[in-house]
Amino acid sequence: MQELFQQLANGIAWGSIYALIALGYTMVYGILRLINFAHGDVYMVGAFAAYYIASATGAGGAGASLPMALLVLLGAMLACALLGMLIELLAYRPVRRSSRITALITAIGVSLFLENFGLRVFGADPKFFPQLIPPKRIMLAGGVMVTNHQITVVVVSILLMVALTLFIQRTKTGKAMRAVAFHRDAASLMGIPVNRIITITFAIGSALAAAAGVLVGLTNPKIEPLMGIMPGIKAFVAAVLGGIGSVPGAVIGGLVMGVSEYLVVGYISSTYRDAIAFVILILVLLIRPAGLLGRNVAEKV
Amino acid sequence: MIRSLRPWWLALALVLLLGLPTGCAKKSNEIVIGEYGSLTGTTATFGISSKNGIELYLDNLNAAGGVGGTKVKVIVEDDQSKPEEAATAVNKLVDQDGVIAVLGEVASSRSMAAAPICQQSGVPMISPSSTNPKVTEIGDYIFRVCFIDPFQGQMIAKFAKEKLGLTKAAVFRDIKNDYSVGLANYFTDAYHALGGTIVADEAYSEGDQDFKAQLTVIKSKKPQVLIVPGYYTEVGLIARQAREMGLDVPMVGGDGWVSDKLIEIGQDALNGCYHVNHYWEEDPNPAIQKFVTEYKSRYNAKPDGLAALAYDAAGVLTSALDRLRTEDPAAFKALLGPRNEAQKAARAKLRDRIASTKDYPGVTGRITLDAARNAVKPAVFVGIKNGKYEFVAAVEP
Amino acid sequence: MSPRKSRFARGLLWVAAALALSLGVDRLAVNWLNPYFYRILVLCGLNVMLALSLNLVNGITGQFSIGHAGFMAVGAYASAAFTVYAVPQLFGVDPNASGLVVVAPLFLALLVGGLTSAAAGFLVGLPSMRLRGDYLAIVTLGFGEIIRVAILNIDAVGGARGFAGIPRRTDLAWVIAGALATWVVLRNLLRSYHGRAFLAIREDEIAAEALGVPTTRYKVTAFVVAAFFAGVAGALFAHYTYLHTNSFTFMKSIEVIVMVVLGGMGSLLGSVLGATVLTALPEALRFASSERLIIYSLLLIVLMIARPQGILGKTEGKRGK
Repeated sequence: MQELFQQLANGIAWGSIYALIALGYTMVYGILRLINFAHGDVYMVGAFAAYYIASATGAGGAGASLPMALLVLLGAMLACALLGMLIELLAYRPVRRSSRITALITAIGVSLFLENFGLRVFGADPKFFPQLIPPKRIMLAGGVMVTNHQITVVVVSILLMVALTLFIQRTKTGKAMRAVAFHRDAASLMGIPVNRIITITFAIGSALAAAAGVLVGLTNPKIEPLMGIMPGIKAFVAAVLGGIGSVPGAVIGGLVMGVSEYLVVGYISSTYRDAIAFVILILVLLIRPAGLLGRNVAEKV
Repeated sequence: MIRSLRPWWLALALVLLLGLPTGCAKKSNEIVIGEYGSLTGTTATFGISSKNGIELYLDNLNAAGGVGGTKVKVIVEDDQSKPEEAATAVNKLVDQDGVIAVLGEVASSRSMAAAPICQQSGVPMISPSSTNPKVTEIGDYIFRVCFIDPFQGQMIAKFAKEKLGLTKAAVFRDIKNDYSVGLANYFTDAYHALGGTIVADEAYSEGDQDFKAQLTVIKSKKPQVLIVPGYYTEVGLIARQAREMGLDVPMVGGDGWVSDKLIEIGQDALNGCYHVNHYWEEDPNPAIQKFVTEYKSRYNAKPDGLAALAYDAAGVLTSALDRLRTEDPAAFKALLGPRNEAQKAARAKLRDRIASTKDYPGVTGRITLDAARNAVKPAVFVGIKNGKYEFVAAVEP
Repeated sequence: MSPRKSRFARGLLWVAAALALSLGVDRLAVNWLNPYFYRILVLCGLNVMLALSLNLVNGITGQFSIGHAGFMAVGAYASAAFTVYAVPQLFGVDPNASGLVVVAPLFLALLVGGLTSAAAGFLVGLPSMRLRGDYLAIVTLGFGEIIRVAILNIDAVGGARGFAGIPRRTDLAWVIAGALATWVVLRNLLRSYHGRAFLAIREDEIAAEALGVPTTRYKVTAFVVAAFFAGVAGALFAHYTYLHTNSFTFMKSIEVIVMVVLGGMGSLLGSVLGATVLTALPEALRFASSERLIIYSLLLIVLMIARPQGILGKTEGKRGK
């Protein structure tokens, strides 16, 4: 029983990472109907941005402190927000009116570019992510052992998700985002600056991915340029599972993905850990393509 | 039909035209060898390490005049971490560039793809770190300077069971990596044969960041020792996460752990762990210290196990070349010449010299090649305490 | 001679000519080219088969399959298992045999590979009933990955260590014959009544359905046929070079996609062109190998922005030709 709780606790911590990344996928898909393949790689760039900022400011190891850690986090989020906006402007905007396949291939191209550019510029060797917060073991009820890092991950994720939800529901820009997601042309006719809204969406989504990257660097302090591939794919599955286009759906999807991965490893087999994401994906798409919380997006003509 | 096939021929013609010039230029006062490795792709970090090791050795050698005054040139080809590309790269090196010997590869699967080509063309191939026993079984032109999995698996099993006295082990292997899978299998067999029990056998994938799910399962089976026959790229994280979960048993690994990144990432989590090493970093042997210092100043990192093995592979090859030069100058001369029967015979003689390598003083140990063309050298076990290595045992083969 | 008989005789003549061509080119290549160029030709031919077959699904039927490497893998491993485990028992032909006696076993192995892959294509094509564009794409990606992970876990075919011991039986003659067969079948399919159905689905699936075209059946057929030829290509591959799952990653699927896109989605000739160029060019540009993937990715992006129809466009989609 203790083992079950341990797996659940770890699954929730890890699932929060998927949730953060999934949010970016779901927002971009909601607004552009585009699967942003490059999103996982933006997460990777976020981790590296934090790495370089921390190295430059001495925020890791001996210089570790909460303000410095926040600085690194915000710096990385800003850097990736800019990256996301740049990608949208240069690669996705020109193909916005083209077919879906064209856009998808473009996204694959951007993803490949980021990965290989990263290999070139950052180097293929794994890097040690500086310890922004010193690690500590914490024993929870029921004999479950977690670390302060995992708790940080869950707390920060929750804060960011709440902030995002408030932003989307309560602000004018958020309302504009919802409008563009609902019907782009109608929103444009209502005077909403569609291009600007799309840019903002990319910026926010990329910033969240960067936050995920920093949090992962915090808990598992090894980063390398190809680290975004698998989490990117799994986070996408999470977004689909929760209902692509739905923000709370992405959160739930992420948590469910994290927990299922852990349960599969714990009770079935560890060799199929990666495959489980795809099995879930296929099952969801066959049984309930709209996902858990999604609207009925598929046209059924 | 002909009209519609025309572009096909055009593209081919283009390739042939572009390809011809590169094949013809060949100075006859240099030894030309080939190197293939994964300079891009998922295992790029290992390919680059190997390339650095070879480069360092050959640059030093050439600076000192080369092999008896003849410089050695190395043509490096990338195989993108793919087995079929490894074969294509070696085809190019052997058939297009006319190299007289080949160094490579790290991954056994890629060595397996390329070795038949070397064997068939009579070009000696030395693998720095492929550990699958099948590689050298392909033919008598294929050699290696590293341990093979059966040997290392046996040594780790003996170490865990007899030196550490632990009878219940958990194995945590990298399911995507042939080195890890092979080593895990041989360890398991040897450990059973020694009377130990494997209480858990879990898997991860190279590139994974998170291992807590599997570690939870392993912890619940209460092993006395955790065997992780993988690469340092994941081991550091595995150790940290194991300790974070309260799994405090010692971990034991193979030579894939060898890298300064291991302790950089794993830090205190690795205290009380052991692994096979080729050399003992603090070994006062001046050759080793020189290697480590030069590598660090040139490549901004301490050499990992793969760089050290590649360094020795280059050394074994060039020392064999040197012996050929002194013992059979005519054959050595033929190696510098064009690809003809004389060169083929000379390559066969080079192969014999490589095969007779005995007590070569490498940075990874005194290397002797046995009848199966595998390296015979003692395995050194090092332990980690307070973030530093300490010598624990040397196991003679 | 009755029309049917003369058509049959003509067909036989063409097959004989194709075989003669394949063998002839092979002999020429063996005698005139060094093994490196020979190998490039073989890899070219295999990529032509892959690109043509993918074009049927992506270019001609307008679906989006990004897991083509998975079909190749199924064909490769199925045929390899057949050759290593079944052939010695069934035919008494052991791995060391060579010459005419291996022709039949290899042909059967190719069939086994192709048919197994076709079955996989059927499974992957089924979801196309309910899924559109992007979702189907991700399912095909997922399938490719599931296949790879599954194979990694099967010890009998080597797992992560690769499948050793497969006899090397493929040569350029087989590959050319395979490429010709793929070309002819697809071209005839495209020109037939069925071809128009595929194209109709690509142009406007809803309208096609409304006009009575059984779209699901055609979509699944496209997957099955494409998978078959990809499987045969995989089988040829397995009997040529060391077999390991690292040859069938998502990157391989992307490489085939780039070939199809570069040549023009919907143009069979374009696929041949794309495959040839993208197999031969990286070899010619080996000095830039570390930049290769960066160039590829930029090429993809620029192509999609500037000329999404590729070099030869959707030519076969128009009337005639």
